[in-house]
Amino acid sequence: MTTALSPGRTRRKAWTRALRRTAERIVFVTALVLIGALFALPLAWLLVAPFDQNPTMAVKWPQWTLSSFQRLMDNPYALTSILNSLLIALGTMVVVIALGTLASYALSRVRIPGRDALLYAMLLLSSIVTGTAAMVPTFQLMNLIGLINTHTGVILVLAGGLLPTVVFILKDFMDSVPKSYEESARLYGAGPGRILADVVIPVARPGIAFVAIWSVVQVWGNFLVPYLLLRDPASQPAAVLMYTFYTESGQADLRLISVFALIFALPVLLIYFVVNRKFGFRFYGGIKS
Amino acid sequence: MPVAKTTQTSPRAQRPRGCDEDVAGLGGGRALLFVAPALTLIALFLLFPAVWTIYLGLTNYRLTGLAASATDVVGADNYLTTLRDPSFWNSLRVTVLFVALSGVVGQSLMGFSLAWSVRRLGGWARTALESVVLAAWVIPGSVVSFLWIALLDRREGTLNALLHMPGKAWLIEHPLAVIIIFNIWCGTAFSMQLFSSALSAVPPSQLESSRMAGASGWQQLRDVVLPTIRGHILTNTLMITLWTFNTFTPYLLTAGGPGRRTEIMSVYIYKTAIPGGHLGRGAALSVLMLLINLVIALAYMRVGRSRR
Amino acid sequence: MSNAISGGKNAAEATWIEEWVIPRFKEAQKNAGREVDVIFEAQGVDDEDYKTKTALDFQSGKGADVVSLDGIWIGEYAQADYIKPLDDVAGAVAGSWDGWTQIPEAIQGAASFEGKRYGVPQGADGRVIYYNKTLFEKAGLPADWQPTSWDDILSAARAIKDKVADVVPLQLNAGTAMGEATSMQGLLPMLMGTGQHLWADGAWAGDTQGMRQVLDLYKTIYVDEGLGDPILQQEASGRDTSFQEFAAGRIAILFEGDYFWRSVINPAEGVGTAPMADRDTVVGYAKIPARRPGAGINGQDYVSMSGGTARVLNPNSADPELAWELLAFMNSVEAFEARAAGTLSISPRDDVNAKLLASDPMLSFVSEHVLPITAYRPGLAEYPEVSVLLQQTTLDVVMGTGIDDVMRSYVPGLEGVVGADAVTSGN
Repeated sequence: MTTALSPGRTRRKAWTRALRRTAERIVFVTALVLIGALFALPLAWLLVAPFDQNPTMAVKWPQWTLSSFQRLMDNPYALTSILNSLLIALGTMVVVIALGTLASYALSRVRIPGRDALLYAMLLLSSIVTGTAAMVPTFQLMNLIGLINTHTGVILVLAGGLLPTVVFILKDFMDSVPKSYEESARLYGAGPGRILADVVIPVARPGIAFVAIWSVVQVWGNFLVPYLLLRDPASQPAAVLMYTFYTESGQADLRLISVFALIFALPVLLIYFVVNRKFGFRFYGGIKS
Repeated sequence: MPVAKTTQTSPRAQRPRGCDEDVAGLGGGRALLFVAPALTLIALFLLFPAVWTIYLGLTNYRLTGLAASATDVVGADNYLTTLRDPSFWNSLRVTVLFVALSGVVGQSLMGFSLAWSVRRLGGWARTALESVVLAAWVIPGSVVSFLWIALLDRREGTLNALLHMPGKAWLIEHPLAVIIIFNIWCGTAFSMQLFSSALSAVPPSQLESSRMAGASGWQQLRDVVLPTIRGHILTNTLMITLWTFNTFTPYLLTAGGPGRRTEIMSVYIYKTAIPGGHLGRGAALSVLMLLINLVIALAYMRVGRSRR
Repeated sequence: MSNAISGGKNAAEATWIEEWVIPRFKEAQKNAGREVDVIFEAQGVDDEDYKTKTALDFQSGKGADVVSLDGIWIGEYAQADYIKPLDDVAGAVAGSWDGWTQIPEAIQGAASFEGKRYGVPQGADGRVIYYNKTLFEKAGLPADWQPTSWDDILSAARAIKDKVADVVPLQLNAGTAMGEATSMQGLLPMLMGTGQHLWADGAWAGDTQGMRQVLDLYKTIYVDEGLGDPILQQEASGRDTSFQEFAAGRIAILFEGDYFWRSVINPAEGVGTAPMADRDTVVGYAKIPARRPGAGINGQDYVSMSGGTARVLNPNSADPELAWELLAFMNSVEAFEARAAGTLSISPRDDVNAKLLASDPMLSFVSEHVLPITAYRPGLAEYPEVSVLLQQTTLDVVMGTGIDDVMRSYVPGLEGVVGADAVTSGN
């Protein structure tokens, strides 16, 4: 219907559209900047306090010093605790990814009787076990099977608690893998194991990457399970060590805590970026549905 | 709106749901084999402690004192005591508000908006934004609570300095609002990533064909993206609800106070079970919480089903 | 096992165990012809978590041979059959230990239950009043101050309020956010000052005159006259904030334990969490007076509260005699002298204190003047819950609830915890 339009009006219309797009863009960017600032603001303390002579709760221009780092380096458990954290977190991650992928794929493709009820029941029960009330049974159970004071025991308990959620989330990703892919793979004679490894997992990869990071984060901050199940301070993870930087009456030693918090947060961020780079959020191409 | 084409763009006809169709020829036996290791681990380390906890909820068990050496089964006493306790009803009210506002509304919406927005952003800006959101999520609660106490401090807090409102005690005057915002801050990254992953699993061919059919951003969102990731939305909402119910981190910020104004359910359970010593009652409370969560989960399932 | 860890909480104790106790004990045993190995399980976490872990250990028949416990837990653990009297575990040798003659009865009592010794106390602390001499000078108050009644404290606080701007005159802990600090440094020493025990003759103090007098004092300070900062009492980090405020010279009078002197405002490098470089000249300390002279428990003029840790023997120990030898070794004169090389605190032994505390006038003051008049919390399993109720009453008062209304919720709450026949009211 452009025949009746004068050239001037077309230009104006194009111009207003451009203006509107610019305005939208400005609003959009401003909103994102604001949200970013909101998220960044509380983090300011973490960048200042570790370098201050006497950190308080306030964000203030510090009396620059690295003495807190020096003090942390003198702590006999600081470095090993980070290594323990990595061991426990990555161990749990491997267990839940391996078992969770297998289970969620099978649950997604085969109707096992009572499947949904089972999934929901597991998920709900996992919320009981994270509570304080369940620590007595867990402790006694680990005593019975002789896994007290082993990292294996901690990994298994944590994995048991995380698996329902992992299966739940991964099943969604498995569900959204177009089945035509598998059909064609089958036509070429691939068995179920091959199909899972070569077709389904690459497609569900963003989901797997996400669950991997999620389980690392869950484990990273967990205090109670490793604390109760491990006896030797040299095998405790960083989350437990963090709680030792308090005085006899429960006052936080901000000098150590601020530094350790910084060091504590970095590996998780690193893991996130590595996992993301390698397996993360890329559009899959190649196969056309 | 849908234009008839050879490649179907109608999402309904094209929805790639592979559920329940054994296209890979797995077979029941092999499926069980796939599920068995996960189930074994869950049965041993989740089911068994959970059942034990349910039993403890029927006793007067304590970790120390006389009730530790001579534990009696008291039946439904713990439940009756709880239902008569005004603090329980208070914590239920606080929890419902907290979960609805910070979890279901706050985290999910914020997470989705961020995931949807950063797709269009360039490299460094996206990295920066994702990094701060993620940092809030990965830094453990014990540290995060310090950050927020420093932010909200009455005398030297960053927020009061920025707003020029010296002496405003945020944690005392608006405690519930603070922990709601705090929890959105902590947890948004989960939804953001889940939706990012989900969005990147939307087959691009579909988006492309709907764009070629002249659909705007909103229309693409409505007709292609949302139907594809509906399962994720449901999962996300359910997870967020469960976790927000269970989260304990706000305790480090307000200790449930002032008074009991931020005593969410997990804090109420903690105070009952650990400083109070009533592990039996704490276990009963966990079971009550499970029942509440069950109702919510059923409601979500119903919503999920009815829209399928 | 002990709630200490090197480089973290109670680091000095951990260092002492690792570098002095273990090598020396091994050496001593070697000279006696025995090869022993001692492992220290460092913990150093929040006391509630440590308590959970030790309880689980005892319950499952495991745990270390010698375990540190807060004295207040002894009763609960004994009732749960987790621990047994020393004489039952180690035999007569524990009863005839020569160290007992050096440890005052009252301090032994802090590691005993129903008249039996369950552990060896590790020391004692005491509560005093700290005050800022600089601020006192500004308000025209004496630098050498010792109040003899609650009124003396109030009038000093009023003088500060009138003459010094932007300073909180008085910090008497209140509220649930401060937890046990409210009971130990706030309500209980005040209650002792009214002559009322919290627990006596099998009953807990309910709606008594003493309780009302204490709550009325809180009302005077926080509600009627604005001598304290009511918002601070509600902040989750209120206690830490009060420390920092005192160190910054913005609180004039503060009730705290000797821990405050040793570990908070201590100017020594890396020791204090809120160090005051001029602590020794600016900070004064005084005994906590009873409500009126002679009105305190046992007719005392001054009162205080104490707590402390104890080390117990694990009944599950494979070699209880050897475990006792280690415990006795850890409580010998030499051991305490070595321990004091780290950070000085008050030991349970008179002979050690006489020798070591001379170098620190503050700790000498507590040891000589406060410990003889101090009181201990009832070591019963109900105490933690009662303590929370007490904290709640002070919170309610500070928030502006009337004392009658506070009592109307406190007494039923107390009856719910300890049973209606174990509550005293009236008088």
